[in-house]
Order: sequence, then C-alpha cells, then structure tokens
Amino acid sequence: MIGKRFWSLFAVALGGIYFLLPLAGMVDFSMRMKRGEYSFEAYRIVLADPQFQQTFLYSVVLALLTIVLGILLVVPTAYFVRLRLPGLRPVIEFITLLPLVIPPIVIVFGYIRIYNTSSILPLTGTWLGTNLLLLFGYATLALPYMYRSVDTGLRTIDIASLTEAAQSLGAGWARILTVVILPNVFVSVLSGAFLTFAIVIGEYVFAALLNVNSFGPYMVWMGGNRAYEPSALAVVAFAITWACMGLIQLVTRFSKFSTARR
Amino acid sequence: MAFLDIHHLEKAFGATRVVKDFNLGIEKGEFVSFLGPSGCGKTTVLRMVAGFETPTSGAIRIDGRDVTGLPANRRKIGMVFQAYALFPNLTVAENIGFGLKVAGEDKASIARRVAEMLELIGLPQLGARYPFQLSGGQQQRVALARALAPRPQVLLLDEPLSALDAKIRISLREEIRRIQQDLGITTIFVTHDQEEALSISDRIVVMHQGIADQVGTPFDIYNRPATRFVAEFVGTLNLVDVDVVEAANGRVRLGEVPVVLNRPLSARAGERISLALRPETVALGRTEGHDVVLAGRIAEVHFLGSVIRIRVTVGGQSLSLDTFNQPDRPPPAVGASVEVSISDRDLLVLAA
Ligand SMILES: Nc1ncnc2c1ncn2[C@@H]1O[C@H](COP(=O)(O)OP(=O)(O)O)[C@@H](O)[C@H]1O
Ligand SMILES: [Mg+2]
Repeated sequence: MIGKRFWSLFAVALGGIYFLLPLAGMVDFSMRMKRGEYSFEAYRIVLADPQFQQTFLYSVVLALLTIVLGILLVVPTAYFVRLRLPGLRPVIEFITLLPLVIPPIVIVFGYIRIYNTSSILPLTGTWLGTNLLLLFGYATLALPYMYRSVDTGLRTIDIASLTEAAQSLGAGWARILTVVILPNVFVSVLSGAFLTFAIVIGEYVFAALLNVNSFGPYMVWMGGNRAYEPSALAVVAFAITWACMGLIQLVTRFSKFSTARR
Repeated sequence: MAFLDIHHLEKAFGATRVVKDFNLGIEKGEFVSFLGPSGCGKTTVLRMVAGFETPTSGAIRIDGRDVTGLPANRRKIGMVFQAYALFPNLTVAENIGFGLKVAGEDKASIARRVAEMLELIGLPQLGARYPFQLSGGQQQRVALARALAPRPQVLLLDEPLSALDAKIRISLREEIRRIQQDLGITTIFVTHDQEEALSISDRIVVMHQGIADQVGTPFDIYNRPATRFVAEFVGTLNLVDVDVVEAANGRVRLGEVPVVLNRPLSARAGERISLALRPETVALGRTEGHDVVLAGRIAEVHFLGSVIRIRVTVGGQSLSLDTFNQPDRPPPAVGASVEVSISDRDLLVLAA
C-alpha cells in the first residue's frame, strides 16, 4: 500500500518538476535584469512599451470580436442541429474538429491563395479585409472549443420542450434563441469564450503570415531582440492564459452548483 | 360546428400510420380527455392541434378558422407538458408573464395578470422564486398558469400529472378541473390513467392504435363500452364464456344456467362467445333484481380497504366481484361454497 502511494506521489512530483522548473527558471530570469538584485524592471519596460500596449489592445479587441462571431455562428447551429437534425451531429462535430487536425499554417496559406490581391475577393489587399480574414480565421480556430462547450451546455437542458413551450406562448426563433436558449447555456458559452480568448491573444502564425501587428508577432519579435523582457512577456502571457483557465473553472463550478440545485 | 373541430386527421411517420382518420368536435368550455395506452397516438394528435406536428392529411379548425397550416406560435394555444418545461433562467413570475411579454403587453398589465394567475394556482407568494426552488407539483401549477396567462383559445395538457406522487396527482387533477371550470376554457387532457380520465372529464376519447375507439361521457364509456378494447382498458372486467342457444333473442347458457339477454347476437346457435361483466355488478348471495344465480366456491379474497375484491370459481370459470367492506360482517373464507347473482342486463356484449 505504502509503496503504491509513494510511487504515485513520485510520479506527480516528477510531472510537477517537469512543468514547474522551466517556469520557475523563466520567472527567476525575468527578474534579474538589474545586476545583483531581484526587480520588476523587465516588466516595467515591457508594460511601458507603446508597442506592447498597442499590440495587446489590438489582440484583445480581436479576441472579443472572435468570441462574438463564434457565439453568433455556433449557438444557433448547435441548437438547430440538436433540435431538428440530430442525425447530422457527428458530421458537424467532425467539421468543427478539423481546425485541430489541419495545421494553422495550411489554413492561412489557403486563405492567402484564395483571397490574395489578384483573386476575385482580394481581402488581403485592404486593412479591413485583412482584419476580417484574421477574424474569420480565428473564429475557425476557436470552433472546436466553442462548439463542444455549447453543445455540452445544450445537452443539459431539454431544448425540445423549452422550445415548444416558448412557441406555444407565441415566441419566434429570434426570441427563443436569445431569451430562452442563450441564457441557459451561458455558462458553457462563457467557458468556450475564455478558451477562445486564450487562443487568440497569443496566436502567431495567422497574424505573422497576414502581416498583422498583433500580440503574438510582438512577442516573437521581442524574443529575437531582447534578453530579459521576453521572459517577462512570457510570464505575462502565461498569467493571462491561466487567468482564463481559472475563470473557466470558476464558472463551471458555478454552473454545477446551479444545475445541482435545479 | 364545434369550437374545436378535428376533421379526418391522419399522421404517418414514414410508413407507420400513427393516427388514423381521427374525428372529434369539442364544444367551447368542454373538458375532453384522450385516454389510451402508451404509444396509441394521443400525444401525436395533441401535438398536431398545438402545431408542433404537421398532419399528413385532414384539418383542424378552431372557432371556425382553419389552423392546420398555422405555425405553433400563432395558434393561441396553451400547452402544459409532462416535464413542466419551465424556463430555468426565469423566475416564476417571469415564466408566467412570458406569453404576455411576447404579445407586447405593458409592464403594469403583465404584473396584474401574473398576480391574478399566482392567486388562481394558490401560490401567491412564490413569484420571485426560480423553478428549481419549487416542488414538482408547484412547478406544474406554474406551468399551468404560464399556459393560461395569455388567455389561450384552447388548453392542451399532455400527461401533466405523470411525473408526480400519487397524492399530489389527485389533488392537482381536481385543481386543474376547478380552474378549467372557473375559466370555462376548452381543454384536451391526455392521460393513460383511466381513473384520472373518468374522474375529471366531460367526455373521454378512448384511443387504440391511432384510432378513436369510443367517444363518450365517463359514465357511457364505463358502463357501455363500445369495443372489447375499451371495456378491457377502462376499469376491471370479467369475461364470461357462454354458449349461444338462440341468436335473435340472445338466449345463451352460462354453464347450466339459461340466460336471456334480449339482444340479438351476431354469433350463431351452438357457438361459444365471451360476455363481459363489471365486478361491482356481481353480488355475493341473492339480491333483488339479480335473477341469474350461480353456485361457486371462493378462490381468493383481497381486502382493499373500503372495497373487498373476491374471486369466485363458477362452473370452471373465474369471476371477480366487488363488495363494500362492512365492519360487522367479515368476508367469506377461501374455499367456502357461495351463491353469486347477476342481472342479465349487466352482461355486456362486446364488438370485437
Ligand atoms: N417523431 C416521431 N417519429 C417517428 N415515430 C414517432 C414519432 N413520434 C411518435 N412516434 C410514434 O408514434 C406512436 C404514437 O406515439 P405517441 O403519440 O407519442 O403516443 P402516446 O402519446 O399515446 O403514448 C408511437 O409508436 C411512437 O413511437
Ligand atoms: Mg404521450
């Protein structure tokens, strides 16, 4: 018994070291900018950098737009598939998983081929077009996470009965989706949204190949040109991602609480 | 023409005909139950009336207007589901007010109507609660109030009591009936529970394999079942084998005892047919008006409280009979020889 316990603890510890040691090293390194003392000098420089502020703000806005587009795209789709075309669910699920299987670089090369300046729809030629393309690309990347969480949320409520109850009370589709369905899968939508945020905020491949100055390329540029600041930046990026994960935990906790009482 | 008119309604899912030539007229303010075993098509008919299912053929008219092609959200029909289907994210008051809000009524009149409905269902203090904070019976009351709040033309209830405890089931069904009579709302109530249907309906439609076998008052359905299925499904029934002596007058022999039914039989002389008999029409011992007397032996005694159900073997056949409990007279012992008597008028001749 004791041996078993020891080995499982050992395995956990080994895994912990594997993950935490580089992180600890990175944090340590990021605070050694000033010789002979620990300081947040690297963080101060990074946070004060107008490039950082600009690219970070850009990525945040893009992430929020991606979330909105994802919700508009995924909630009605997942809802109608469940309600009217349940046979199609495996197909839709497969399609939404494709972005995990196809490397982003392939997707973005496809975009550039199809939407380049000499194509019928020259999206890459204008600022707005490029940004739209990036937005659509990110919505695609977010699809697997968004769809799964929304679909899981829909499973926990009796959408058929709720829909019929609302219909018999005179409600049309728009009202059913916004007043009945969305609020009841809100927690799931939120957890999909946080994942989307975490993905978009640090994305590099799409942004770099479409030549957009977002947070991802900024981090890479930093990494190539500075010593201590990239580590500080990496720690900041980590913190953002973890905050998102933490928020997911929080809202799912909250959701379990409310469904258990329901 | 009736207020709600269902005209030659048919529904097929693929090759399976689930509802077959269903006809029914319901008067304004009438309470009609659809009664039948699970899978006989009750819900399907109800869903076609509600607009959730499109009929394969036939028509549905409400107040003279053909609604067959009208979408569910424009039919002004209130619906109560077995699973309550309250909106979990809305309070009780918001649930009840939902239909009024959709109809675009102003806040003050919604609040007034919601208060009125809460009063009607006897839960005036619970407006601010969420559905998950209510018991099943309370949730179903709220669902009823929600369906009634926008003053629908017709109220449909699909096995609304099936998910509840026996006690609540009885009190709530009486309450549903009271509210229905107060409001005078035309109602269809679907159930597979014959006692439920018999106790609260103006009329009952007994359904069997997608067909309306019989439409009638509870009294008619119980006492004059039109088909063998109705007779067997509604209430308990004895089937008695008799030999036909003469078909025109309905002269038969029950064992050695001659019985005259005074009704023509479709079977020919010499054939053996089954007649039906309710347990409460069989008397233990001789009784006035029961001129068919049979000798038998007590096979089983079941004490059910106010009623005692006794099984007697008569000439190789088994007959159930019900008597009321009487504190000063204990039931006969198993194995005792007894006489039972019946009236020939109580013997039911059933169509196949
Ligand atoms: N959407 C559907 N697709 C295929 N068959 C169905 C569908 N809905 C109901 N049925 C079938 O129709 C029959 C009647 O169902 P239903 O009206 O629900 O019966 P009841 O309410 O009397 O129990 C059942 O055999 C059921 O399997
Ligand atoms: Mg049913």
